[in-house]
Amino acid sequence: MRVTLKLKRFNPEVDEKQHWEEYQIDVEPNDQLLDALNKVKWFHDGTLTYRRSCAHGVCGSDAMVINGRNRLACKVLMKDLGNKVTVEPIRGLPVVKDMVVDMEPFFAKFRAMKPFLINNTPAPDGRERHQTVEDRERFDDTTKCILCACCTTSCPSFWANGEYIGPASIVQIHRFIFDTRDEATKERLEIANDAMGVWRCRTVFNCVEACPREINITKAIGEVKKAILEG
Amino acid sequence: MASIVASIWQGITYRGKDGHYAWLLHRLGGLGIVLFLFLHILDIFLVGVSKELFETFLFIYHSAPAKVFVMGLLFGVFFHAFNGVRIILVDFWPEKFSNLKMQRLLFRLVVLVTLLFFIPTAIITVAPIFGTHLSLSHLLGG
Repeated sequence: MRVTLKLKRFNPEVDEKQHWEEYQIDVEPNDQLLDALNKVKWFHDGTLTYRRSCAHGVCGSDAMVINGRNRLACKVLMKDLGNKVTVEPIRGLPVVKDMVVDMEPFFAKFRAMKPFLINNTPAPDGRERHQTVEDRERFDDTTKCILCACCTTSCPSFWANGEYIGPASIVQIHRFIFDTRDEATKERLEIANDAMGVWRCRTVFNCVEACPREINITKAIGEVKKAILEG
Repeated sequence: MASIVASIWQGITYRGKDGHYAWLLHRLGGLGIVLFLFLHILDIFLVGVSKELFETFLFIYHSAPAKVFVMGLLFGVFFHAFNGVRIILVDFWPEKFSNLKMQRLLFRLVVLVTLLFFIPTAIITVAPIFGTHLSLSHLLGG
């Protein structure tokens, strides 16, 4: 099938602002959008810049605004996008070049959530801390995050205020506060309870719609809100 | 200012689903209510300044363009109120109401209830433009 790719381009060495460029290419209906972008880069314009790595929805490198909505370029097929496809970089983060954005503000917030198990008590048998299946199930959904930033950059609260910690960071808080092995719940909830924390969520559900791992992020945020209220 | 304009533009151009449009309408309704609040404070203030000026204001309120604004405002008020109930449900009972299926159902319910309240009220509001004065009892066949 022949498709028109409308790409939002930006080269900081040449352009003052972003602009649209169109490319007409032939693709197979079952090609991923990433295949189509590769075709443009390899056969039409080698300057096209975007991140990609595993190409199977695991690394989370190729988050983009595809036909107006956040998705991973490797998880969407051309037959589902129509004959005219628009691709832009994800929103709310500084654009470095074409589809590449500076992810550092996103990762800085992620690091601030202390995304690692905190437990200063020695393990009961000196080796490991056991957990029941039910205890593990409690936070299973939020362990699936691949840090693609699809959720945070689809959130109107994040567009309006880049200081907001964003859905991805709250997912990390949820992942650890409901982990029976973690001992830093109070510390994590203090971060979540900040003015730039969970209360900025407006239950828009864009994050849930955008998440390539189908994490129910709004529910996780709601549960963190309740955990704060219940102490 | 530039970032406010950018975030508004992002909000309008992002192709979200039900939740995104609920958020947009909720915001628009909220802005309409704030705008009307300022107008209302101003017109009440004018009573003390000049009776003629106040009557001019009332005349504007009864003009056709103002009625269209009031219609939009009514929709905004109803939507803001009922969508607020949806947000309360999602916020207080996330385990029950925070999933996409329930979200779509709730959004449709909010739109339905909003229209049920809005349509008769809008008819009563715009009827004077066509020279007819209606009340709720007229619409209910009373």
